[in-house]
Amino acid sequence: MSAATRALRGALEIRDLTVGYGGAPVLHSVGFTLAPGEVVALLGANGAGKTTLLRTLAGLVTAASGALLLDGHDLGALRTEDRARRGVALVPDGQSVVAELTVDENLRLGALWRHRGAARERAIAEVYAMFEPLARRRASAGHQLSGGERQMLALGRALIAEPVLLALDEPSLGLAPLVVAQLMGTLRDAAASRGLTVLLAEQNVTSALSIADRGVVLDLGRVVADAPATILAADETLRHAYLGF
Amino acid sequence: MDRLLFLFATGLARGAIFALFALSLVLIWRAARIVNFAQGAMALVATYAAFAVTGVTGSYWAGLAAGLVAGAAIGLGVERGLMRFTPHSSPLSGVIVAIGLVMVLQSLLGILFGAQYRPMRAPFDDSPIMVGGVPLLSPYDLFVLGVALAVMAVLALLFTRTSLGLQLRASAFAPEVSRVLGVRVGRMVTIGWMLSAAVAALAAMLLVPTELGLNPHATDMLFVYAFAVAVVGGLDSPVGALLGGLVVGLAMTLVTGYLGATVAPIGVLVLLVGVLLVRPGGIFSLREARSA
Repeated sequence: MSAATRALRGALEIRDLTVGYGGAPVLHSVGFTLAPGEVVALLGANGAGKTTLLRTLAGLVTAASGALLLDGHDLGALRTEDRARRGVALVPDGQSVVAELTVDENLRLGALWRHRGAARERAIAEVYAMFEPLARRRASAGHQLSGGERQMLALGRALIAEPVLLALDEPSLGLAPLVVAQLMGTLRDAAASRGLTVLLAEQNVTSALSIADRGVVLDLGRVVADAPATILAADETLRHAYLGF
Repeated sequence: MDRLLFLFATGLARGAIFALFALSLVLIWRAARIVNFAQGAMALVATYAAFAVTGVTGSYWAGLAAGLVAGAAIGLGVERGLMRFTPHSSPLSGVIVAIGLVMVLQSLLGILFGAQYRPMRAPFDDSPIMVGGVPLLSPYDLFVLGVALAVMAVLALLFTRTSLGLQLRASAFAPEVSRVLGVRVGRMVTIGWMLSAAVAALAAMLLVPTELGLNPHATDMLFVYAFAVAVVGGLDSPVGALLGGLVVGLAMTLVTGYLGATVAPIGVLVLLVGVLLVRPGGIFSLREARSA
């Protein structure tokens, strides 16, 4: 599939989404859309609801009301593993690399349902070509990796299944600025070359906006801003009020 | 010295059975985070099935195969029909459901087949072979050792070399991440139960011919010893189950041989308490075991 035809896929519509964990809702009627191939930064302070939104998208949390439509198909009835097979890839925050498995096994796990036989080996080789430090550590266990290597592995493992929509939860967390810059660069290149739609939840506003087309700002579970990245980056009032810099 | 050699050899065979059963407990713990107290009773039902099939067909091997299939089917039924609906908020609920299941299964077996001992025949001679005038292993002991080693080798290959094994391990270590990656974790848990129950059934079928015979409590002590083995080895460690099984089997046989059969259970329990005092996670637990 060429990048041009794939770019027509990966449209996400989040419609009137309300999510709560039993008590008060964490997300209140959140709604916005992602066009195919668009990179959208999901911004907001701690507790704004970014992680909840991503977990709802992946089917790990059930919405109280509202809908999630991927290319017009309602994801609501699908279980997490079936959403993954529809092309929704979530890179969860923190320790999503399976610590007990090797680098190679982690990648293989991501490729299992998508690729068979020789195609699987090819897909794994492609990830090693993209992230050279991983190739040197293929037999290392996940818990032996550095923070940067873990994020590379998590990203490579998500990309290997050729998703149409990639959702990342704070990939920059705990990484050195130089590593963050590298990771963002790789993410931008991967998204561009594959026509991938990306929803990037970040507290590192500058980094996220530097590669995003658009930014959506959440505050206490509501969308308070939705604008092109350049405008958001220049809007001082907004930055002070919600993004804390 | 002759006696020591003999006890050592038979202890190994007995230990292999404990190791197999302990391994089945490790499998289920890794797949479902449940210490399955019903494992002995489930294996016993499978052994009764094997006994019945052998009785009808006259073939030990048909019975063995039927017992393995029955074991896997019981694992499937217990997971899909019972454990899946047990709340995971506390590890205790799974334990209590399992203990309830033990009572139900043992009572049912008692009602259906009675409490008497039904001798199960071993497929091979169980009198020891003499090596240079010294009694060593019986052909049946050799068979048990061979089967146990073969099953362990197959399981090791399955878990480390196949895609199914990779998914089973990933689902055990990180269920949520595995689901996000498209692994059908629910199915993996079911397969884990089936594998585990079949291995437990095999251990029970190997043990019963060396004991008094089949009765509704024939696997009680097997479960207690294998549970001790699994805890001593570390519930997360298949290697621990293997080595722990051999050690406990040897220790039991040696204690029985030199001090008497009544002392053996005490020896095992002393070992259990000692290990738990020094290493609560088991001898082979390298790091903090995941609790969920």
